[in-house]
Amino acid sequence: MLKKSLFGLALGLTMATGAFAQDPLSIVYVGKNTGNPYFDSITGGFVDACKELGCEFEFVAPPTAEATSQIPFIEAQIQRGVDVIAIAPNSPDALNQVLDDAKSKGILVLTVNGDLTGNESHRDATILPVNFDIVGKDQVEMVGSLIGYEGEIAILSATTEAPDQNKWIVGMNETLANDPKYAKMKLVATVYGDDQPEKSTTEMEALLSNYPNLKGVIAPTTVGIAAAAQVVQSRGIASTVHVTGLGLPSEMRDFVKDGTVTAFQLWSPYNEGWLAAHFAKGVKEGTIKNEVGSTFEVPNLGTVTINAGNSINTQAELTTFNAENIDDFNF
Amino acid sequence: MSALETQSAPSSQDAAPVRPRWQTIIIRPETMTLILLVLGVFAGGLLSPYFLDINYILKSFTLYAEVAMVALVLTMVIIAGEIDLSPAANMALSACVFAWMQQAGIPIPVAVAIGLASGVLMGAINAFFAIALQLPSIIVTIGTLTLYRGLAQIIAGDKSIRVPEWFIGIDKIMLAGIPLPAVIFIVLAIVLGVVLGGTIFGRQIYQIGTNEIAARHAGIRSARIKLILFLLIGFVAAAAGIMTASRLGSVRYDLALGQELQMVLMAMLGGTYIFGGRGTILGTFLAAWLLVIVSTGMIVANVLPAVQLVVLGGLLIVSIVATNFIYSRAQR
Repeated sequence: MLKKSLFGLALGLTMATGAFAQDPLSIVYVGKNTGNPYFDSITGGFVDACKELGCEFEFVAPPTAEATSQIPFIEAQIQRGVDVIAIAPNSPDALNQVLDDAKSKGILVLTVNGDLTGNESHRDATILPVNFDIVGKDQVEMVGSLIGYEGEIAILSATTEAPDQNKWIVGMNETLANDPKYAKMKLVATVYGDDQPEKSTTEMEALLSNYPNLKGVIAPTTVGIAAAAQVVQSRGIASTVHVTGLGLPSEMRDFVKDGTVTAFQLWSPYNEGWLAAHFAKGVKEGTIKNEVGSTFEVPNLGTVTINAGNSINTQAELTTFNAENIDDFNF
Repeated sequence: MSALETQSAPSSQDAAPVRPRWQTIIIRPETMTLILLVLGVFAGGLLSPYFLDINYILKSFTLYAEVAMVALVLTMVIIAGEIDLSPAANMALSACVFAWMQQAGIPIPVAVAIGLASGVLMGAINAFFAIALQLPSIIVTIGTLTLYRGLAQIIAGDKSIRVPEWFIGIDKIMLAGIPLPAVIFIVLAIVLGVVLGGTIFGRQIYQIGTNEIAARHAGIRSARIKLILFLLIGFVAAAAGIMTASRLGSVRYDLALGQELQMVLMAMLGGTYIFGGRGTILGTFLAAWLLVIVSTGMIVANVLPAVQLVVLGGLLIVSIVATNFIYSRAQR
């Protein structure tokens, strides 16, 4: 009985919803979970872009980052009839079916800041911060510029199995071996702090006692760089040992302000949102072709190319944070 | 329902006048759930113009159907004075066993059977500790919930196991416009409702939950009945796990992670008394729909997750207070 009356209501409403079809482009970004400041920054990019482009934007996220927790949220967006679903997927494959549903309804599905590795056919394109192939080279250049391209350096990484970090470390080793610019720099050790503050601190202290001539440390992980900076700060040796790597501006701000760390790198999550909104608008209006090899212009970011696997990077190189610009970032 | 009637029957002969029919209806705990359900539908309609679409609601229900199926059996377990917190982990392990078997080349029907059998075995393990060793089932099943989840992780590792393309999409199969998981849930609810409310077996479940020692003295084989319930919940959990595998298209060890709380929530919302002896399948049936209506209504209206949690928590408190109030009034 209840269902029958609901059905009647639904019939009446389908006509009403039809009238919304001419609304401005609506984009929704499904985050991994709520309460994650990193996503505030991505959302900021979407919001600002949508203000300029005249599209509607909303951010939704489940309370937990559990594999299937995003499914009801995606279903709801399909029901609401949005034009674009951007998502930071919590699972590489649990979302396959619901994303297929969205695509079959003509919704543009983008993964932003994380991809469906191995299931790329279930999304239309992915927007990632940076081409991970060049992170190692960028980091070597960073530490080289800090130590005058001469002396002993070490790497403080995450776990021995961390796929991203290992890829970057291979890049660092290749750059050091092949580029004559870095010939006078010597990598003396690669150690692993397992992304735990305590273990990272212990490893950093061991590096300092084992290699008294150490001039630079690359920590390509947010936990590692914060721990290494802490050790350098408490020992007051910032003038002899230079710590750099990949870190969050929010965690590193104090170290940069007091001179413990001169500069470090990461990407700009803001630009991911900014680019995704521009890309979505362009594809939906037909001005951008979502094909490998095609290019398009994004204000402030220049010409962007769609790479193999419909993968788009927001920046060619990492963003460097230092005392001058760190206050501009809040993630 | 039968428990209430049998209890009040002798006393009404002695002194108290027979309660008017409207009162017996209004003091039923399911009435509260039904009122909340109707309110939920209206609230959802007010919150978002996209909500009142029967196809959408049915589709959303398929996301909860597996858990709701287990909640139906869990209601019977709770009425019998026991509890089982391991079914969500059982779902994951059974699904992992099934997926692992079919990946190893075993034909799908055989793999399904093995998955279901493993679920029954998990129920038997719970029953062994809770019944044969007389350990509190809440402690036993907290233990086995961790154990089953751990075994699932050993089988599947951190990777997901794919199921074949043709096996995917149980929620896309429609029977008379209703998705298959919802149909299975409704049929299971009817069958269990008849068993619990209309058979001697069902009445004995209530009697065990009300006073197990008295029930045993009255010749009720409580251990056997509890064993049947633990095996049944193990079986239904395994079926739910395999249905989830079909819906998602892949199996991971974290399938249905934390969903045991949803199951308990459905039983409680439906007026089941946590200490046993009271509750109905109809209540849990309505509560499952209530939960779907409320969650879906808020999600489609883009209500903040924090607010959603507050509303769900509030609902549970309201229903528990109401259930206790109603029962205490009913006993006067």
